[in-house]
Amino acid sequence: MNPVSDLIKSLADQHGRNRHNLLPILQGVVEQEKYLSEYSMIEIARELDLPASEVYGTATFYSFLEYKKMGKYIIRICKTITCSMKGKNQILLAIEDMLKIHVGETTPDGNFSLLQTNCLGFCHKAPAMLINNEVFTDLTPEKVHEILGSYLNKKKEGGSHDN
Amino acid sequence: MTTSYQLKRADFIFKYENDWEEILSKCISRTPQELVNELISSELKGRGGAGFPTGLKWKITAEVEDPIKYVICNADEGEPGTFKDREILSMVPYKVLTGMAVCGYVIGAKEGYIYLRGEYFFLQPELNKAIREFEYYCKEINLDFTIRIFMGSGAYICGEETALFESMEGKRGEPRNKPPFPSNSGYMGKPTVINNVETLAHTYTIFKYGAKRFYDLGVQYSRGSKLFSVSGDTPKPGIYELELGMSLADFVEEFGDGDTKAVQVGGASGFLVPRKRFTETAIGFQGKLTGISLPTGGSMMLFNSSRSMFNVLDNYLEFFREESCGQCTPCRVGCQQLLMGIKAVKRGEKKAQYLDKLLRLTDTMKLTAKCGLGQSVANSFSSIVENFREEMIY
Repeated sequence: MNPVSDLIKSLADQHGRNRHNLLPILQGVVEQEKYLSEYSMIEIARELDLPASEVYGTATFYSFLEYKKMGKYIIRICKTITCSMKGKNQILLAIEDMLKIHVGETTPDGNFSLLQTNCLGFCHKAPAMLINNEVFTDLTPEKVHEILGSYLNKKKEGGSHDN
Repeated sequence: MTTSYQLKRADFIFKYENDWEEILSKCISRTPQELVNELISSELKGRGGAGFPTGLKWKITAEVEDPIKYVICNADEGEPGTFKDREILSMVPYKVLTGMAVCGYVIGAKEGYIYLRGEYFFLQPELNKAIREFEYYCKEINLDFTIRIFMGSGAYICGEETALFESMEGKRGEPRNKPPFPSNSGYMGKPTVINNVETLAHTYTIFKYGAKRFYDLGVQYSRGSKLFSVSGDTPKPGIYELELGMSLADFVEEFGDGDTKAVQVGGASGFLVPRKRFTETAIGFQGKLTGISLPTGGSMMLFNSSRSMFNVLDNYLEFFREESCGQCTPCRVGCQQLLMGIKAVKRGEKKAQYLDKLLRLTDTMKLTAKCGLGQSVANSFSSIVENFREEMIY
């Protein structure tokens, strides 16, 4: 059996199989898989006895529920006004330069995806970004080098750095 | 007559108080009526931005007869420039939890939820710890009340109360028609009180120190203190608790960098106030005292003369275009057209008069959009375009 199906089953056992349990299940899959494949959405629909179109419609509404394959670490840079004023673009360039990808892309080794996002709620410590669920604030290009460097090292050591 | 709207600092919300157990027991030894009356006489209004009287909200929901009701804490803090709710939940979560439990007691609800925005996922472990401790005490005093966290997934619109219910019910976060209001039909179609994080934290102050202590702060129609999230071109960005009713001039004197050109009050969905209006603008709810009184969820963004107001508006409109749920046409198409419109004027592809057409479009959106998102795009758009027209064109 596909491991995703097992995951979906156990999430449904944990949260319940009603419509109002849909979001926690979608979130649970994204936490593990980083995105919702068509296969996952169909499996969730089957598990909850919902039309697959409803699952798709709900999943694609939310910006944190990715439905395209994503890297292990999703970098989300805040692009809203204060971060934008305080040098978001320099941060973006530094990351693009370091990872050799543009916004919306994933590194060929499948480790990093780079995205922009709306207000993260750290306007007083702008610019800010999320890497998976971890927040980094008061960014400078140098600081970003350090942060990404530590992620790259962690990866080499084989250590996990989820969430 | 001189005005009394000077900047007055307050320190209630973040004051560490380790007596929540006592406050909670004291509250549930009083009758729900007493508690509601206390809240009404404090004149506390919702701190999320809309400013609905909190006591009245509790009262109306308490009067609806239904064995199942819900209390929801709205922690989907997504308005650009606001970050106070996160700080409350990480510094003084027990004040919010106590507020929720007292609300549950007053209205007859046994279940509470905190709708936490996806961006604040990292708050979860600590908050869950606080909830477990809190629920343990509720059991001890025989108060039947549980609290769960419901995570959002990155949608600004879910801060709109009915969109939030839809989201919790496992659907797209599309706002519902009102009425019915949440007091009659909220989460799962049940009577629901939904309050902002800060509002609930204020109820703690009111139940602990009494309504009068709270009422004595602020000015007429705008009682109490409020947290302000200060960001942008300021030497001291951060969160500050201030009494309501201050003039924007006093605010800028305290927080400006000496070159403040304009202040955005209330985030992207609020109003931009240019320098010439600082003195006549007060921060509070309705009731025109000296001039304009602006409500706010607490977002205060300062811009100095190095900033282009075109870029600011462009950034807001891109935000709204992405965050519009797409359900109603005025908002979905309106946001797209406004963004394309100002870009076209800037590039010289449209005449400057086209801005007037866009202003009329925002009037239409204000009248016809289904929810606060589409309706409030007009606020920032018209206040920026009317005050900085030349920056939109040249």
